[in-house]
Amino acid sequence: MSEHIVYPRVYVVIFLALLVGTGVTAWVAFYNFPGPLNAVVALTIAVIKATLVILYFMHVRYSPRLIALVIGAALFWMAILFALTISDYSTRAWLPVS
Amino acid sequence: MPEDLATTQEHAATHSALQHHFENMEQQREAGTLGMWVFLVTEIMFFGGMFLAYTLYRSKYPEAFAVASNHLDIKLGGINTAVLIVSSFTMAMAVFSTQVGKKRNSIIFLLMTMALGLTFLGIKAIEYHDKYRDSLIPGTLIPGRPFNPSPHELHLPPGMPIGNVELFYWIYFAMTGMHALHMIIGVGILSVITILAVRGRFSPEYHAPVEISGLYWHFVDIVWIFLFPLLYLLGRHLAGHLG
Repeated sequence: MSEHIVYPRVYVVIFLALLVGTGVTAWVAFYNFPGPLNAVVALTIAVIKATLVILYFMHVRYSPRLIALVIGAALFWMAILFALTISDYSTRAWLPVS
Repeated sequence: MPEDLATTQEHAATHSALQHHFENMEQQREAGTLGMWVFLVTEIMFFGGMFLAYTLYRSKYPEAFAVASNHLDIKLGGINTAVLIVSSFTMAMAVFSTQVGKKRNSIIFLLMTMALGLTFLGIKAIEYHDKYRDSLIPGTLIPGRPFNPSPHELHLPPGMPIGNVELFYWIYFAMTGMHALHMIIGVGILSVITILAVRGRFSPEYHAPVEISGLYWHFVDIVWIFLFPLLYLLGRHLAGHLG
């Protein structure tokens, strides 16, 4: 078996990082950043936390590249879903409804 | 045919869990992992649709969403986030224990993961009950308890339509409800895995079911990692500036 075994040391570090990330996101939510920056900060922390879970808890860092490709395809497809729908909703007011 | 016989014996010698259509245990394990990820892709798209609905309506009614979100219990939401992260850690440890052949540890970690999952669901039930008490369950989902919160308790700014606040609660219950359903399914899957582990079905050579169930568990954790800031924290910085 050429399976890569991730040792508890790594899991503990990721686990602590995730707890810190949760604390930070709850803490900064009470500060009023200019413009849409609150949402940007919250989403950045969430994306970092999700990436840590995917790479280490879900072993993607040590898995075949094919797995990363499948995840990339999913995110790409979701980007299409968001891009097309938002471009519709955000431009509906450009033309008057007859 | 002697050649076929040799192949059969070789397979039998590898592991009793090896299915005939795979060359070896490693190929079988990798195929299973890939299959699980393809399933998780469909889950990403499923939750993605709800995140999209959230994005559209939040950008349309930002203030109503902030008012509605500020009424959620940030303490219970935060505790639940931590509970899920701990459960992901114990799940990862259950996979590790199985990989190195520590059966007792793996059963203990699986039981801990399930206990944490049930803790999450219990806290979620308390939150739902609070929303029921405050008549914040949208529409007429609960007979005799239509959506009818006190505008004063919500800190509803004058002139803000209550329907936009209700829209947030539709999305809140749809997303957290689907997430909770996934948690219930996850606990069910882990019960089966734990029983199989007790029966000694897993070993360093064969532990794909534990690993694949772990993938599902971690995925549900990731959904919550996004739900917590998006639902509970979105309007906290505006608490004193609305209305």
